[in-house]
Amino acid sequence: MSSQMPPQMRFLLSSEQRAFAESLDAMLTAADTPAVVRDWARGEHTAGRALWSRIAELGVFALAVPEAYDGVGPLPVELAVAFVELGRHAVPGPLVETVVAAVTLAGLDDPGPAKRLLPTLVSGEAMATLAPAGSYALDGDSAATRLSLSDAELRLAPGHGPVRPSLDPARRLTSLAPGGELLATHPPAARALTWARLAVAAQALGVGLALLDRTVTYVRQRAQFGVSIGSFQAVKHRLADAKVALAFARPLVFGAAVTLDPADVAAAKVTACEAAYTTARTALQLHGAIGYTAEYDLSLWLTKARALRTAWGSPTACRNDVLSGGGRRW
Amino acid sequence: MDLAHSPADEAFRAEARAWLRAHVPSEPLPSLETEEGFAAHRAWEAELTVDRWSVVSWPTAYGGRDAGLMRWLIFEEEYYAAGAPGRVSQNGISLLAPTLFDHGTEEQRARVLPSMACGEVVWAQAWSEPEAGSDLASLTSRAVRADGGWRLSGQKTWSSRAAFADRAFGLFRSEPGTPKPHQGLTYLMFDLRAPGVTVRPIARLDGKPAFAELFLDDVFVPDEDVIGEPGQGWRIAMSAAGNERGLTLRSPGRFLASATRLHDLWSARGCPASTSDRVADALIGARAYQLFTYAAASRFLQGTPLGPESSLNKVFWSEYDIALHETALELLGEEAELAVTDWTEGYVFSLAGPIYAGTNEIQRDIIAERLLGLPKGRR
Repeated sequence: MSSQMPPQMRFLLSSEQRAFAESLDAMLTAADTPAVVRDWARGEHTAGRALWSRIAELGVFALAVPEAYDGVGPLPVELAVAFVELGRHAVPGPLVETVVAAVTLAGLDDPGPAKRLLPTLVSGEAMATLAPAGSYALDGDSAATRLSLSDAELRLAPGHGPVRPSLDPARRLTSLAPGGELLATHPPAARALTWARLAVAAQALGVGLALLDRTVTYVRQRAQFGVSIGSFQAVKHRLADAKVALAFARPLVFGAAVTLDPADVAAAKVTACEAAYTTARTALQLHGAIGYTAEYDLSLWLTKARALRTAWGSPTACRNDVLSGGGRRW
Repeated sequence: MDLAHSPADEAFRAEARAWLRAHVPSEPLPSLETEEGFAAHRAWEAELTVDRWSVVSWPTAYGGRDAGLMRWLIFEEEYYAAGAPGRVSQNGISLLAPTLFDHGTEEQRARVLPSMACGEVVWAQAWSEPEAGSDLASLTSRAVRADGGWRLSGQKTWSSRAAFADRAFGLFRSEPGTPKPHQGLTYLMFDLRAPGVTVRPIARLDGKPAFAELFLDDVFVPDEDVIGEPGQGWRIAMSAAGNERGLTLRSPGRFLASATRLHDLWSARGCPASTSDRVADALIGARAYQLFTYAAASRFLQGTPLGPESSLNKVFWSEYDIALHETALELLGEEAELAVTDWTEGYVFSLAGPIYAGTNEIQRDIIAERLLGLPKGRR
C-alpha cells in the first residue's frame, strides 16, 4: 500500500495528550487515593480537598472554562483524557458536576455569574455541584457553588439537605434547597447534559480499566489446585470479554469528545457505563468472597461502576437518545 | 485527534458514491451460495474492475488505485450504504493477497492478483482438516517433493466458496516428524480442477453449498505456486492473520449499513418498544466498530503493527452480527421463518462468524494471554 498520501484523518491522541494522561496518572498513583476516598465517604474532606487542589494545578478544571474566565477551554478531548484517569483512581468529589457547572455558567448570555464564580473553580479553590431541579446533587455538603438547573431557570441554591447514604459511600447525595438567586432563565440545559454524560462516560471507562487491571493482577497471583487461577479458561474468557467491552467503549468516548453530538455522547455514556459494570461483575466474581468486602479496596470501584450506570441518564434513557437523535448519520 | 476526512479523501468518497449510484444493480443478485448467484457475483466483480473499484487499496499495477487503508474504509462505507452485492472474491482479497504482497514473488503477484481482482479466478481457502480445526498446526495433509514441484495428498474441509471456486490456497506438511507441529509446513496454491482433486460441496444450515470438502490424491503443484520458503508456511500464514487482515476481514461500512437497514425496519414496524434497546445497541455497535477501526487504522498508518488486537475485533463483530440479525428476525415476526428474506440469509451467514477465522474461544485465549498477560493453560 502507498505511504505517499496527503494528510489524513488521525483518530489518535497526540503525544501531548498522552503525556497529560501520564502526568495525572503519576500524581494520582502517588496520592494513595483509596485512603482519600474512605475519608471522603466519612465526611472528612481535608485530604480530598488537598487532592482537588492538585488536580486543579494540573489544569483539569481549566479545560472546561474559556480563556475569558481564566481557563483554557473548552477542550473536550483533554477533559475525556483527564476523566479516564480520575475514574481509574476512583477520585472522590463532584468532578463531573464541577465541569458541568463551569460549562453551563460559561454558556449563559449574561457573563456576570461566570465572571464571579468560574475563576475559583479553575483554581480549585471551590467545588461546584449541579443537579436538575428535584434530583439529588452530588456532594452538596462540600460544594461551595450549588446550582439547580431546569429548562426554565438556573438558580444558586441557598443550601442543601442531609447527606443520603449511597451504595457508593464516596458519592454523598444531597437535595438542594429550593429558591435562591436566579442566575439565568432558559439556561443551556441540553448542553449541560451532553457534557455531564461525556465526563461520566470517560470516568466510567477509567473505572472499568482499573477493575480489569486489578482483577488481572489478582487472578495471576491467586493459586488454587496448585496453579494460578488465571490459567483457567473460564477465568480467562470472562476477562477477555471485559477487555473487548472496554476496548470498544473507548473509541466511542473519544469520538463523542470530538463531535459533542448528543447521540454520540449518549452512545458513549451507555456503552462505557455498561462496559464498566460488566467488568465490575466479572471483577467481583473472580475475586470471590474477598471482593465482596467493604474493607478490600476493590469495593471503591465496584460501587462506583454501579452508581455511574444511572448517573446523568440511565441506559434506557441514553439508548432512546441514540434512537431519536441520530445513528443514521454515522 | 479528529474525525474529519481530508478534502481529498472526501472527494474520493464522492467519486465512489457517484460510480456506485450509477452501477449497483437495482435488484439484489441471487444468493452467492448458488451456482447462478455465484456467476452473477463474478460478473459484478468484473464490472467493478473496469473502473478500478474492486481492490482500491492495491497498487495500480494489479488493478487497484493505490488508495491506502483510510480510503479503503471510506470506499467500504459507500459500497455497503449503496446496497452493493457481497464480494465473491473476499477470501482471496483479504487472505491470500496480503500474503502475496508480503511473501510472494513478483511473478506470483503479476500472475495471481489481476485475475483475482476481476473475479476471473475465485479463490477458496484450504486450512481446516477433519482432525485439525482450532488446533490447525496438527494438520496432516502432505506435500511431497517431486520433479519441478510438489505432490499433495490428504483431506481439507470447511473450505468456504470451494463448491464453485477455481483455485485454493492452504498449508501442507512438507517435513514429517518435526519437533513442533507448526514446523515443516508449506504454503501452497493449487487448482481445484487439477487431476486428483475431488470437491464435495457441503450444505450449510440452510442447505446451500457454502463450503466444501477437498480430497487431494497425488495432486501435482509446480514450484511457482509455493509461497515463501518451503517449511515456513505457518509463519507466513500467521503474519497475514495478525496484520491488516484483522481490519479488512469485515469492514465497518458493512455493519453501518446493516444497522441503518435494521433501524429502517424497526421504524417501518412502528418503532416497537420491545426491541428499541436492541436496535439502539445495533446503531451504537456499528459506530463503536467504525471508531475502533479508525483508531486502529490511524495506528497502522503511523507504523504500529496491529497484532493480537485483531482478536478483539473478531470477537466483537462476530457477536454483534448475530445480535443484529436476531433483532431483525424478531421484528419480522412470523415472516422470519421464511427462508426468502435478506435478513434470513444474513442471519444464517452470521451464525458462522464466531466459528470461522479462528473460533471465538481461541480468540479469547489470545486476548487473555497476549493482551492481558495471563498464563498459558490447558485449552
